Amino acid sequence: MHSIFVLFGLSILVFLIARVMPGDPARMALGPRAPEKVVQKFREDLHLNKPIYVQYYYWLKGALRGDFGTSLFTKRSVAEDIREFFPATLELMLFTGIVMSVMGILLGVLSARHANKWQDNLVRVVSYMGVCTPAFVFAILFLLLFGYVLNLLPTIGRLSPWIDHPRKITGFMTIDSLIAGNFTAFWDALKHLIMPGLALALGPMAQEARITRSSMTENLQRDFIALERSQAIPERRIMSRYLMRISIIPTVSVLGLDFASQLGWAFLVELIFNWPGISRYGINVMLHKDLNAIVAVIMIIGLMFLVVNIIVDIIVAWIDPRIRLGAERST
Amino acid sequence: MRLLEIRQLRAGFNVYGGTLKVLNGVNLHLNEGEKVGLVGETGCGKTTTAKSTLKILPEPPAEVFGGEILFNGTDVLPLGQKEMRKIHATGISMIFQDPTASLNPVFTIGDQLRDTIRYAGIDGHITKKEIHERAVLSLRDVHLPDPERMLKNYPIQLSGGMRQRICIAMALATQSQLLIADEPTTSLDVTIQAQVLRLLGELVEQKETSTILITHSLGVVREWTQRVYVMYAGSMVETAQTADLFNNPLHPYTEGLMKAVPRLTGEGIAEGISGRIPDYLNPPGGCRFHPRCPHVMKICREEKPPYFTVDADHQVACFLFKG
Amino acid sequence: MAGKKKKDSHTWEKVKKSWYQFSKNPLSIIGATIVFLIMCLAIFAPFVAPYPEHAGNFVDFSNASRPPSLHHLFGTDVFGRDILSRVFFGFRFSLVMGFVVISLTAPVGVTLGLIAGYMKGTWVDTLVMRLTDIFVAVPPLVLALAVTSILKPSVFNAMMAVSLMWWPWYCRLVYGISSSIKNEFFVQAAEVTGSGKLHIIFREILPNCFGPIFTKISLDMGWVILIGSALSFVGLGAQPPTPDLGTMVADGAKYMPDQWWMAVFPAFAIMFVVFGFNILGDGIRDMLEVEEG
Repeated sequence: MHSIFVLFGLSILVFLIARVMPGDPARMALGPRAPEKVVQKFREDLHLNKPIYVQYYYWLKGALRGDFGTSLFTKRSVAEDIREFFPATLELMLFTGIVMSVMGILLGVLSARHANKWQDNLVRVVSYMGVCTPAFVFAILFLLLFGYVLNLLPTIGRLSPWIDHPRKITGFMTIDSLIAGNFTAFWDALKHLIMPGLALALGPMAQEARITRSSMTENLQRDFIALERSQAIPERRIMSRYLMRISIIPTVSVLGLDFASQLGWAFLVELIFNWPGISRYGINVMLHKDLNAIVAVIMIIGLMFLVVNIIVDIIVAWIDPRIRLGAERST
Repeated sequence: MRLLEIRQLRAGFNVYGGTLKVLNGVNLHLNEGEKVGLVGETGCGKTTTAKSTLKILPEPPAEVFGGEILFNGTDVLPLGQKEMRKIHATGISMIFQDPTASLNPVFTIGDQLRDTIRYAGIDGHITKKEIHERAVLSLRDVHLPDPERMLKNYPIQLSGGMRQRICIAMALATQSQLLIADEPTTSLDVTIQAQVLRLLGELVEQKETSTILITHSLGVVREWTQRVYVMYAGSMVETAQTADLFNNPLHPYTEGLMKAVPRLTGEGIAEGISGRIPDYLNPPGGCRFHPRCPHVMKICREEKPPYFTVDADHQVACFLFKG
Repeated sequence: MAGKKKKDSHTWEKVKKSWYQFSKNPLSIIGATIVFLIMCLAIFAPFVAPYPEHAGNFVDFSNASRPPSLHHLFGTDVFGRDILSRVFFGFRFSLVMGFVVISLTAPVGVTLGLIAGYMKGTWVDTLVMRLTDIFVAVPPLVLALAVTSILKPSVFNAMMAVSLMWWPWYCRLVYGISSSIKNEFFVQAAEVTGSGKLHIIFREILPNCFGPIFTKISLDMGWVILIGSALSFVGLGAQPPTPDLGTMVADGAKYMPDQWWMAVFPAFAIMFVVFGFNILGDGIRDMLEVEEG
């Protein structure tokens, strides 16, 4: 699978960029006051004196073992950092993903059902604006509106300070609280998820709605729908089953890409809401030029993107037999 | 009582620049047991007529402006969805021109066929087993090999000829009284066309289904139908028993059509009909054929000609034959 | 001589027809107006802004943190600088970023895409496409962030970083068109008559790509500006006291919710720019599609 190759290539690319950076990482990590001997030893430990490909070799060896080196920023192993922060981002992204796909499709269906009536026009205008607005603008607006003006939702972090953290099983605040039977914590965690999740989800949601709508209205004109009507199949069944399945194919295909772009915006949103996830960690290490961590974060994000794409491809192939079997036959 | 009677049907499409006034007073009827042909060039409104009968035209932008469609004596135009479903179930079924577009690509043949059968018997209850058996049977009727396996296939896996057979199977599985076959062989290979037509003929005989066969091919009409309508630009210009029509074409358009078919006996290049089909946004007044008619008269530009009876069952909508 | 004249008038006809098509769509006109407005504001900022000196190192604490008023339509920031004026100057940076990035990435991406597409199946194709794949494997913003963070934060470096991860999209777009066209008859005809490869690529294949490329450029402007402001927001782009829309949002966010105007107006300004370019881009795409279709 050439995806593996891509990951490798990515790691090389990022590694190169990271190491090519001006400045002395060893000194930067240890600070200007550290004695030269300590800095020198540090350099040796990290193989910073050796040529680049040797450095890459050591890095790769470690990476394959799960060891990404030590973070100069947190002074812990990067792998540990990742383990701590990753679930938070995963939880956020899953929430975002669910909202954007489900709501997006629902809105698109609503729009198509009442095509050219006020519901449709409203959805179309709103989704146009939604597509143009970056997630961080939504984030700020939500913060202002729901966080401060209306004081409805919490603005920082994953859990309010007066609530005990549930025992960490999955790392998902919501699921862990459910497992522990702690409904207050669950509710609180959910409330914390809403603003950042929604900020990230609105843009793609608008996009999915638009695509679903145009796909549905286009398919409604097709012969097979007319035929199904002439076969006395109830309209409801035609809409919910026959029209739906074929119409969401373009939407699902786009989901992967939209999700990926939101992974990028998550960096800002996590920052705004102080969400302790891997993106906020990423920003911090980038600002501190923490090479090991930067490379690791990019790899993780790249991996996430890859996995999402694969999942999306599988789903599309599952729905659409033309992709599964199309290569065999051509009439 | 006639099985189907269409009286003065006028219908069209509301598009961006105006209204396409396609159907301009269609008059046609069908008795039980008949095999009637509807022939005309592409764009003359054959499919629109067929889809109007079943009320499956996409309602915006389509619109029916007037007329009646009587099925078993009842006008279907004012009927609601519920009543229309009864007609769809056991009254009328249709085969479309392009089998690839007719089948939903993301569902199996079995899915679509089973649903057709299931909803055909609206009042009675039919078990899953019975549905399956009927499905297999209908596939056998159209001579498809290995029906059990075929049910699991997706349209993409089949050839055009197979897909059309499946559409035929779906149309006939419900034992409808009337079948409208809209150019069922046009998109198939020439070698398959004859096969499918023959199959269709056998089946409608077997099931005693009255049929309207829509086509642009005179050859098909000649072989297959007992009576035929010739259509031009939204209304019928001539109708007769098939043999009569070919022996004695009366309407100038029909004459032109006959002459336009190249003959194998080397009498020179076939003549076409000069001019082109009218623009439906601004169709010509009176008889819509008048701009192209070699025998055009003053009245042709002003009034639309009604049917004039020339012989038993032979009628022409042309002022040349008035009185 | 006469032949050339005829060709010119034919092209002029095409332009007039395209403009007519474009102007029929009210949204496109709105988009074009917005973009035009922004460009004017940006170019003439020193003359149009009410307080042009506030764009630089200006401080007036007596006037700091004032809410929107008649004197300062968007209010003032913590340094007493008029936000409206700074927004106008901010447009400058946004537009410059857009132009620079696109003028760098489009030619490079397009050329590579053309070559790779034409040479489909050879090592050139594989190499270029794999390279593209690598860059595309990471969400765009992430790579830009990473690269900028490693270099010294500045507007210039931000532009370089964004360019670095932007070119693959042009490459892919053109690759798709190029590889499917290369089997068309007119290309084969040119090959057979002995035209050089360069000629074929640039004179035969490229003109067919103009439509999609142009559409993409108009849509891209908005997105590049967006990413640029995201970089500044994080602190990796323009540095203070430069008035960049992203930096302004970031600075303003610190004073939320009480001094909401400091963040909200620049944020809306960003939205405005993106919106304008998006509609314009959609309009251009519709216009070009109608022509081809």
